[in-house]
Amino acid sequence: MKVNRTRYLTQTMAKVFIWAAALSTIAVMILILFQILAEGLPVLHLRFFLESPKNMGREGGILSTIIGTFAVTLVALLFAAPLGVGTAIFLKEYTRESQISRIIRFGTDCLAGVPSIIFGLFGFVFFVLFLNMGWSILSGGLTLAAMILPTIISTAEEAIKTIPSSYREVSYSLGGTKWQTVTRAVLPNALPGIFTGIILGVGRSIGETAAVILTAGSSLAMPTSLFSPIRTMSIHFYILAREGISMEMAYGTGAALILLVLMINSTANWLLNRYIRHRV
Amino acid sequence: MILEIREKIIEKIFLLIALSSISILALIAIFIFGEGLPLIWKIGLKAFILGERWVPSKGSFGILPMIVGSFWVTNGALLLGIPLGLACAIFLCEWTPRSLAIILRPTIQLLAAIPSVIYGFWGLIVLVPLVRNYLGGPGLSILSGSLILGFMILPTIISISEDSLKALPPSYKAGALALGATHWQTIWRVMIPAAKSGIVTSVILGMGRAIGETMAMIMILGNAVKMPTSFLESARTLTTNIGIEMGYASGDHRQALFATGIVLFFIIMILNSLAIVLSRRRAR
Repeated sequence: MKVNRTRYLTQTMAKVFIWAAALSTIAVMILILFQILAEGLPVLHLRFFLESPKNMGREGGILSTIIGTFAVTLVALLFAAPLGVGTAIFLKEYTRESQISRIIRFGTDCLAGVPSIIFGLFGFVFFVLFLNMGWSILSGGLTLAAMILPTIISTAEEAIKTIPSSYREVSYSLGGTKWQTVTRAVLPNALPGIFTGIILGVGRSIGETAAVILTAGSSLAMPTSLFSPIRTMSIHFYILAREGISMEMAYGTGAALILLVLMINSTANWLLNRYIRHRV
Repeated sequence: MILEIREKIIEKIFLLIALSSISILALIAIFIFGEGLPLIWKIGLKAFILGERWVPSKGSFGILPMIVGSFWVTNGALLLGIPLGLACAIFLCEWTPRSLAIILRPTIQLLAAIPSVIYGFWGLIVLVPLVRNYLGGPGLSILSGSLILGFMILPTIISISEDSLKALPPSYKAGALALGATHWQTIWRVMIPAAKSGIVTSVILGMGRAIGETMAMIMILGNAVKMPTSFLESARTLTTNIGIEMGYASGDHRQALFATGIVLFFIIMILNSLAIVLSRRRAR
């Protein structure tokens, strides 16, 4: 009887700890969001989005940094999406488990673990100096492309994996070639899953600071070409906060960043849910 | 015939595309080693890794304080992240009332999605003053950094541990319960040991994230170059060393930062390979 009681006492204690852990995780998240949104939302007037920063960011808005953010993200996607989806197609449709697929997987897994500051160093010597692109949208975007490639590969792979093999069999039985099977039977059905991965990649590039600050520079000027240096919202936020330029503007930029990330995440979730329901 | 040739060409193109990730990895290694190795060559590997003085203006480049700093901060983060992450994973797959899972899951997703600069800023505004006022020291400290980092690595630890707990055959749980074990005994003595390799993988990957974090740590750690002696002191890690000084470094100094990157790259590759080997074994 006594043994029994300690057993249940331990169980109760464990339960209390686990509940406390889960609740405190939620609480900290809410605290972070609340702190930044409460101070930052009042700053977010329409003018904040439509004016460029003035006086190092003490006044004005964040327009040029929004454009900078979208420009590098777009460049990153333009390169990472085809490469990532192509890799996933190769791994799932063109090869079985083999030496070459193991090497590719190893590369992808390792790339996923490389810290962003290392990508920054690489982008700096390779794109900025070696290829002579300078601090620019192009250098920053290419560096981000390398960084988000593993995310896009793994989600695209998952998406392709869920396509039932009967789809392929029907295509082959109708005389379709491999290429036709991939482009007409597999890809259209895997599209929502692939989009989810791309959206997650967008989220990562928007939030990234270390890799971009070393490759895209931190200029506040409005970009005029792919070779213009820019400042992304994350970098702007970092510089405002760390150099103590303007707490008000920092909070505003932070709140805008959080809203953007929230929007991107819910879009990805919504797509994924629709996709799962559609499949099942 | 033409169709066949076309198919062959397409396959080759896909192979080339698929080699992009490993090529990028190789390029990263080549270019970072190319920039950093000459300096390590010049001052000697031992002097670089075990040197305690980092004074770029006088040409002394010793990164031991940064290595030790990274070690402290990462361990501190794991001290918080492992129990909290494991508890959340257990909560999600064993004890969740539906209503709370609906909140906890998006919370964890959001935790992964929020940019690291936001964590750094929150740590600076909220956590640093708390530590300074209640525990003493400068506030910008290893403790503050570890706390924030512990939260930042939660998504990694939770998602992989949860997957490995969920992948267990249901007969394990049923068997233990049938033998009269309590729910907790089943979790602690049967399920967690059985899911061990997945949980260890999650911790290794979490560790990799913690060692690699830069921006949040620059904002919170205080960045003093000295050997840390307590959790309340300011410190500098390998990543923050690069992040702070890269903006204005040149010559030997810049090479020394790339050499710091080499050390970081080595640590990360070892952790990655460990995690890959472990998860391959699990898959088998």
